[in-house]
Amino acid sequence: MSRESARLFALLLPAGVFFLAFFLLPLARLFAIGGSGKEGFAAYAAIVSDANYFSSLMSTLALAAMTTITTLVISGISGVFLQRHKFPGNALLVSMLTFPLAFPGVVIGFMVIMLSGRQGLIGDIAMYLTGEKIVFAYSMAGLFMGYVYFSVPRTILTIMAAAEKLDPRIEEAARSLGASTWRVVFDVILPGLKPAFIAAGAICFATAMGAFGTAFTLATRINVLPMVIYTEFTLQANMAMAAALSFVLGAVTWLVLAIARTAAGSTVAAAG
Amino acid sequence: MMTDPVQPLAIALSRCGKTFADGTRALEPLDLEIKAGETVVFLGPSGCGKTTTLRIIAGLEDPDAGGRVLFDGVDVTAQPIEQRNVGMVFQSYALFPNMTVAENIGYGLRVRRAKKPAIAARVDEMLGMMRIEPLADRRIDQLSGGQRQRVALARALAVRPRALLLDEPLTALDAKLRDALRLEIDELLRRLGITAIYVTHDQAEAMALGDRIAVMDHGKMAQIGPPREIYRRPATRFVADFIGTMNRISGVARGGVFVTDAGAVPWLEAPPGTTEALFRPEDVTVVDEGQAHLKGSVVAAFFLGDRTRLFVKVDANKPLVVETDARRDYAHGETVGLRIDPRGLMAL
Ligand SMILES: Nc1ncnc2c1ncn2[C@@H]1O[C@H](COP(=O)(O)OP(=O)(O)OP(=O)(O)O)[C@@H](O)[C@H]1O
Ligand SMILES: [Mg+2]
Repeated sequence: MSRESARLFALLLPAGVFFLAFFLLPLARLFAIGGSGKEGFAAYAAIVSDANYFSSLMSTLALAAMTTITTLVISGISGVFLQRHKFPGNALLVSMLTFPLAFPGVVIGFMVIMLSGRQGLIGDIAMYLTGEKIVFAYSMAGLFMGYVYFSVPRTILTIMAAAEKLDPRIEEAARSLGASTWRVVFDVILPGLKPAFIAAGAICFATAMGAFGTAFTLATRINVLPMVIYTEFTLQANMAMAAALSFVLGAVTWLVLAIARTAAGSTVAAAG
Repeated sequence: MMTDPVQPLAIALSRCGKTFADGTRALEPLDLEIKAGETVVFLGPSGCGKTTTLRIIAGLEDPDAGGRVLFDGVDVTAQPIEQRNVGMVFQSYALFPNMTVAENIGYGLRVRRAKKPAIAARVDEMLGMMRIEPLADRRIDQLSGGQRQRVALARALAVRPRALLLDEPLTALDAKLRDALRLEIDELLRRLGITAIYVTHDQAEAMALGDRIAVMDHGKMAQIGPPREIYRRPATRFVADFIGTMNRISGVARGGVFVTDAGAVPWLEAPPGTTEALFRPEDVTVVDEGQAHLKGSVVAAFFLGDRTRLFVKVDANKPLVVETDARRDYAHGETVGLRIDPRGLMAL
């Protein structure tokens, strides 16, 4: 080892130790606990073989994917709009949009119930108009609404910051070449925002995969994976299964993000 | 090399003013006629409204109410830029970073739904015209500034625009490259015979490229004319000072002679009542005091290699700038005689 690389190694050592102690070791331990139950490491197969676990993984994935797509569409449109059009009250609106950032998932769940629960606003209005009560707080739709509400404030600022950096001259050049508004959106604005979409989308997806508070508050008919883990851990006292499911949740989330990043052909290091 | 038969466009602005939303008056209502196939250069100090005028012509900016933009006599004021078919070249290149060089150049044709082989043929032709064939598959961030501007030109010209609008296309390049590309653009514009408007604040660029130069000042057209006329017969004090170096000396015109404190200069055509004579450095020669029109003392001398630039104080005004050959040294405070070529004298 040359002197230069020896010094480099010495400098990297603290980071390495930290990484080992607080990331690799707990992860390895979690993985080991996952295999410490009655069935041993076959517990990891249960996620696929057990219909309950599998359907819960699938609905969690679907929910997270839908939430991510919807959130990016909403944040993309409103983020670019709010960045481009300065009207009176613009700043107030932006700060209001980011207000729910501080809310924990439980509060979001509570708000979803107030909006679309049995005594909810939507139900009351529907009752008044049609004589029938609409209640969807305790279904996938309620959860989805809560997740989107939770995610939009977390993505919109990223999109707005990226929209601000877009060079308006490039859009003007496209228009001078005959591009319609839609072509400008698809050929210039969206590609320009791609890194921001990937970064924001990754955070949004990972958060939705692991979200617990909202599901916990609403939980009646929904079975998202974090809820299953919680149930295994506290009610069934099945530590091994809870650990195995946790590990799988982490691994699947990481895998999906890795695939999405590769597919987008981006070098952006998106936080998982 | 292949060229296209273009039908050049005549452009006219009628009473086009521009007041921005924040109340900035960028442009006083102005009229401007640009003949088909002509290259007009907008020249002026920063903030005088060059870009704004160009953007009104392009359709990126609406003129204030009452202003009209005419293409070949047809009112296009209400037409958005995507329907005007004008090519634009920006100082910042504004290339599409998510596309290769070839995709950039072919973009306008793709938007027009041209057939693939037709696009490929035209892209090849443009790559050849700008001599950037080897760059076809490069990404934009792999190009130098000069290469980027060539791609931008190729992209703008690929769709056979009716006019080419260039906003300081060379300002971001270093001096040597600027000169080379300026020559190339000049040659290109002449060969294509396309109507072109070229914005710059570099006089040398304006002189070299423009069939006519439009000198702008504070949102107004100060003077429009061929480079020689702008240089030789500036219409206003602003133009006189902005273009090149101008000497001024005060005195009175009397019987074919302009009499100053520092001596008398023969000037037969002096307009009656003239109290100030203007002339360029190259119209002055340093002579023996016996033949001199004016006498003054040297306050500074700069050796420039091929010539020497002298600053000579003749009266209480700013010292005169004199260009002389570099054969001898001038000492500070030395008295020199100056002779002025009467053909170079101007009044305002
Ligand atoms: N979008 C805008 N909103 C408000 N004022 C503007 C806007 N664009 C330009 N201006 C103002 O209009 C005036 C003319 O601007 P313009 O860009 O036409 O100048 P220019 O001659 O191109 O200058 P430069 O050589 O610096 O590019 C300036 O005072 C500028 O500040
Ligand atoms: Mg400008």
